[in-house]
Order: sequence, then structure tokens, then C-alpha cells
Amino acid sequence: MSLSILNFAGSFGHTEERMALTRLLIGPVPLFVLQPVLHRIIRNIALRKPELFNRIGVHREKSFLIDPVNMPFALVLRPDPKSPSLRAYRRRHLPPVDATISGSFLTLMEMVDGRLDGDALFFSRALSVQGDTEAVVCLRNALDDMDGSVVEDAANLFGAPGRKILNGLRRIRQNGER
Amino acid sequence: MERDDTAVVGELVCPAGTPASLRTAVDAGADAVYCGFQNATNARNFPGLNFTPEEMKEAVAYAHARGAKVLLAANTFPPAGQTDLWKRAVDEATAFGIDAIIVADIGVAQYIHSQHPQQRIHLSVQAGAPSIEAIKYYCEEFGVKRVVLPRILTIPEISDLKRQIPCEIECFVFGNHGLMAEGRCSLTNYATGLSTNMDGVCSPAQDVHYEEDQDKNLTTKLGIYTIDCFSCTQSPGYPTICKGRYLTPRKEEGYYAFEEPISLNLARLLPELIKAGVNAFKIEGRQRSKSYVRDVVSSWRHAIDSVMAGDEVDLENLLALTEGGKQTQGAYATKRWR
Amino acid sequence: MQTQVTMGPLLFHWPAEDKRDFYFRIADEAPVGTVYLGEVICSKREPFFSKYHDQVAERLQKAGKTVVFASFAEVMTPRERKLTQALCEDQAYPVEANDASALYFLRGKQHRVGQYFNVYNEETLSRLAGNGAVHFSLSAELPKDVLSVLSDAAREQDVSLEVQVFGRMGLALSARCYHARACDRVKDNCRYACEADPDGMELKTLDGMPFLSINGIQTLSHTGVNLVQEIPEMMDMGISHFRLSPHTCDMVEVAKIFDDVIHGRKSPQDAVETFSEKDYGFPFSNGFYHKDRGYEWKQVA
Repeated sequence: MSLSILNFAGSFGHTEERMALTRLLIGPVPLFVLQPVLHRIIRNIALRKPELFNRIGVHREKSFLIDPVNMPFALVLRPDPKSPSLRAYRRRHLPPVDATISGSFLTLMEMVDGRLDGDALFFSRALSVQGDTEAVVCLRNALDDMDGSVVEDAANLFGAPGRKILNGLRRIRQNGER
Repeated sequence: MERDDTAVVGELVCPAGTPASLRTAVDAGADAVYCGFQNATNARNFPGLNFTPEEMKEAVAYAHARGAKVLLAANTFPPAGQTDLWKRAVDEATAFGIDAIIVADIGVAQYIHSQHPQQRIHLSVQAGAPSIEAIKYYCEEFGVKRVVLPRILTIPEISDLKRQIPCEIECFVFGNHGLMAEGRCSLTNYATGLSTNMDGVCSPAQDVHYEEDQDKNLTTKLGIYTIDCFSCTQSPGYPTICKGRYLTPRKEEGYYAFEEPISLNLARLLPELIKAGVNAFKIEGRQRSKSYVRDVVSSWRHAIDSVMAGDEVDLENLLALTEGGKQTQGAYATKRWR
Repeated sequence: MQTQVTMGPLLFHWPAEDKRDFYFRIADEAPVGTVYLGEVICSKREPFFSKYHDQVAERLQKAGKTVVFASFAEVMTPRERKLTQALCEDQAYPVEANDASALYFLRGKQHRVGQYFNVYNEETLSRLAGNGAVHFSLSAELPKDVLSVLSDAAREQDVSLEVQVFGRMGLALSARCYHARACDRVKDNCRYACEADPDGMELKTLDGMPFLSINGIQTLSHTGVNLVQEIPEMMDMGISHFRLSPHTCDMVEVAKIFDDVIHGRKSPQDAVETFSEKDYGFPFSNGFYHKDRGYEWKQVA
């Protein structure tokens, strides 16, 4: 998996884009580089899609570990509208969380974006859920109600390189990579 | 017998758990979309799902502007002393111009019939009315215009039924294949303390636990009860009691005592269902994502249009969206299913 | 109506002679006011016992008991429809309706409504009372606050209420026969697999915990409800009929215990003590009444 991303990154023309993608996806990227990026993404969602938090309702104070199993880090999401946070952690330093959703990076990305069905993914075992199942179901339902694409919004925050990375990832996805 | 000659043919009725799903369903070609409020008045009262009154109002406007209908699922049974919540749902939906209200409870049906006599009533599958007299009872007492049939009849039985009842028939054609008579199942309440009939939940997520061991074997549990176990190569299902594996003195190993995790797919039977007089085809799955809704609704739109035009249909591409990747025609194809 | 213990319909497929003898003994020895006859679960079982109906009914009536016939919980086939119509139109005995097709035939006639037809609220109760229903046997899953409001409505409508206080609880019905399925058969050629399990066929979870009990198309709880502690509270609400669901344990003895509690000859605490001294074939539960998980058992102080 990470190998195919490398190959794909190699197909990009510009050296700096290739570097950015490689560093972002397979590391070892220092987490302090990642944190402001993640912060910007979650702040952007909170600003543009406040209804997301209404739908999460009582679970807004919970913490969710989003674990892309083939990445060198995992993300912890706290969808609290007062101070939403999304942070990256090394697996050996994970904080306690209420629920965990794990799967490959691309699978998680597509699910967050409403492009794949959570139930179908679960039936195929590409996604696994542990801990507070109700909170996960609720988060998934809330994300699913968002029009447009969270992932595209996030990519747009980083301009043309961001969009290019996203399109590349989606191409891998379409070619059957999970 | 009095019959409505303006009855619809081949209506595609689609699920929506969120406003985004509703817009997706309408855009993908749904003739009607069914949805519920964010409370116990509907049988998919799941966390993060369903509509606020404001969202419902906007949903009706969105659908109507595009020639689609919106149906309100108010298909649970209000417990005594709490009927106001159901009345409010009915009043609000009627004020928003909802096209029909799907009901199961006699009290709710009576309320609509007496307070909103112009409001169209559909009899929910939760009312459990599969026979001529049972359906006629609801038609004559409450002016029901359409019955949603439980998934237990063969096509010849549906055809026979249709000739003898004074209302439209809606049939499930795709999605979860429930085994228990709807509206009469307290299995979830027994295991979790939450009632399918009164609280609108079936295997509530708060009581669902997945336990994976070191060899990647997965155990699914509902409350204290183990519902199934899966080796690392098997596809797990959501732990609903009627889809679980159990032990009995009659069998040497655990077996699916009720039904295997399997989804209903009647694509191939579509021409026969139309011939039998089925007016509307219902897709199950208000708890599914909008991407599922988009895929399933557009496939079914295409299928119905093909059958209407006399062409072949095939829905094999929907297999990935079915439970455990397996599909069945259930009781519709053969009595031997029972 | 006088407060009483009742014997609900026998849900299982017992050999016809066993069933006849059971009712003879109930007629002769059990302190119950009403006995419900009639097959509720499976129409394929119906022919076996019908030859004894009149004999049994007569003996029960001679013993001063009210005899009621219960209708099928599920009506689908032409034969089931015909039998339901005959039962409702015949009116040889009072009828308890367990589905909407029976209600269709009973409109305008005095009748009862059974456990398998959903009466969850005061408006449903009033509407059905308006059509001739005079007595309601309520679903096992209703908690006490709901029972209390329904009792008020029943008083207003001048109808009576019945609650199941003993025996396994019917949790689900299906068009499919799970007894046949367990024997790799289907309903049409079931060869009466259910006859081997007079109290239901046990289902355990894969890790060995008893969970459910199969009775043909019906799924029952593994535990049996026992609301002997709650009798005084229900009597205060105005509930007058307390249903025992027949099992192979000594139902005469069970009826006596409940009758003693109803008439104040025995305290609920003593009754619990008596029940704990013997094995009735299943552990007891009262979770539904206390708005808890159905299998829970709570000692009421």
C-alpha cells in the first residue's frame, strides 16, 4: 500500500509536490508539522458545517481515534463545537479515547467523504470499530449529512497541490486499492 | 369493490436518514422518499439520523420542486401517556405538506383519520397486516390508501391479495431482509431494555460491542449476549438478534437459527411484481449512507425504467452493498422459504 | 370484574391427550377464573386438539370457569383466514382476537383483544373499545408506567385488563418455522418437530449462555416472567386479570400461589420464597415491568 503511494508520487512531475505527498503520507514526518494542518482542517469544517455538530448531539464531547492502519500516525478527533480538535499521534503515545475506527487511509478518507457506505465497508471487513459503537454510528451519520466533500474542502485549503494530491489518491482508490 | 383508478404504477420509494440523503435520493430518480423525525416516532430512531422539523419542511420543498413525494414514517407504537409526541409529528408533517404518513398504531391512525381527514395514510409493515381481512380492516376503519406488505408472501399470494383489497400495495424489493413479523418483535427490548415498538430501535448501537482477539477473530455482542463470531476471513454482520448464530440441542454446531446475514434483492422478479399489481417498490435502509442511497436508487431507477420499456434487468452490481455480500429473493420466490 | 388468575392459551404443541388431561386437571383443581383455549401459534397444529374442544370446554364451564377461545397470532393462508372467520362468526364462546383479521370479523360484537395485537396506548384502547372490545390482554413488554395510564383509560371505558404474570414471554413471531429449520425442514413438511419440546427448544449463544426458546414460528424468552411481587401494585392500578402461560411445571400449584397472593392469604415475599424452593424449568425475570432489560430479575423489597 505505502509502496503504491510512493510509485504514484513518483509519477508527479514536480519535485516539491512529490516530496510533500511522500512526507505527508508515509513520514517520518514530524508531527509538529502536521498539527497546524490538521487544526486548520477541523477549524474550517467547524466554520463551514456547523450543522455537523448538532447531528453529533450528545456525542460531541467524545473522542474518536481515527486509525489509518497503514500510516505512521493516527488521528484523534474531538468534535466539540466550542473547541473542535483533530490531532495526530504516534501509536505508542495514544491518549485514551471513547471509540476507535480503523481501516486503510484511503478507505477512511472515502468514508469520511460519504463516497463509501460505512455498512458496506463493515460487511467487507475493510473497516473496524471498537469502543463506543453508538458514538461512531452517530459520527458517521453526521458526516454523511454534509453536502459536498469534506476532503475536497480540506484539499482546497492547500490550493493546487492539495487538489492534485487528492485527485491522485482518488485515482489509486478507483484502481481498486484499499 | 371501490378502486382508485388513478393508482400509481412502478413508484420507486427510497430511504433517507438525513437531508443530504433525501436530496441524493431525489436527484438519483426516486419517485418518493420516506424519512422520519429525530425521535421515537419512527422505527429507525438511531443516533445522528433523521430530520428536525425545519429540515423536514425544507426536504418537502426540495422534493416537491423536483416532482418527488415525501412520506413520513411515524410507524412506532406510542406508549400510553406519551402520545403527544406522535401527534406533534403528524401535525407538523401535515402542515409541511407531506404526501403520506406511514403508520402502524391504531391510535395514531385514528388521530390522523379524525384530525387530518385529507391526509393520506399508508399502513406500515410494522402493523403486520398480510391478509385480506387485516388490510381491509385498516382500509375501512381508517381510510388507509396503501399497505406496505411484510416480506413473507409469494408473488402468487400478492397477486391474489391485490385483487381483493381496496388499496395500493408497496413491497420491499431491496435491502435488509427482516425475519420477524414487524411490529411484534421484543427481542431487542429483552436484551437491551430499549423497545423496537416504543423506542424505534433495533439492536441499538449503544449496546453493540465488537471484540477482536489476537487472531483477528471477531465476536459481535448485543448487551450480554454473543450474537455471532467470525474468523479473520469471514465478513461480519451487524449484530441483530435474528441474524445471529446459536447453539441448540438439535445441532452439533452453532447455526443461524433464524436467517443468515443476507439481503433482499428482487431485481429479477420485478416484471412479475408489476404483473401482480404491486404499485410501489420500496428500498430499505434509512440507516445507510448517502453513497449507498445514490448507488441503489440510480440502479433501481434504471431497472424499473428498463422493465417498463420491456427490457432485461440486472442488479448484480449491487451485491457489494448487500449484507455479508449475499442476496436472496426470500419468501417472494418460494413457499419453501418458510 | 372480579380479580382473578387466568390460564392463557397453551402455546406449545403437546400431544392432544396430554393437553386434554392438563385442562381436566385445571378444571378440577386450579383456582383460575378464565381459561383460554384455541391454538394461537400454528394453524398446522389446530386439527389435533379440536376434537377435544367441546369436552374440555364443558368440563371447565361446569367447574365455574369462563372459557374463551383465542385466535391465531398470524393469519396468512386461506385456511387460516377461514378458521379465523369461523371462530369469530360462530360466537359459541367469547373470542380473544390476536390479529387484525379477527378484529375485522369481530367489529360490533363483544370481544377480547389478545397479547399479540398491539395495544400500547389509551387511544388505541379506546378506539378498539368503541368497536366492541371489553377486555384487553396486554403485551409482555409494557412497563408499569404504561400499564398505569392504560388502567386509567380502561376504567374510563369500562373495560378490563389482563397482564401475563407467569411463563416464558413471546418475543417475536415469524412466517418461518424455526423448529422446522433446526431440523433442516421447511414449514410445509415440518413433521411437527415442535412436539418434542413441550416448553420450547432452547437456544444458547455460541459461548453457551441460554438466551431464547423456540416454539415453531414463535420466539420466546429463555427466562419466564414472574410478577408475583408486583401483584399488589397492579391491583392498585385496577388491573383485574393475571395470566399464567401454561408450561409443563405444576400449573395448579402456580395458580394457587398467585391466587393466595391476590386474596391476601400469602404475602408476595412469601410467594417469592415458595417459588425459589423449586425448579420451574426456567429462571424468573421481571425486567420489562421495571423498564429494564427483559431478562433481569429484581427483588422488590
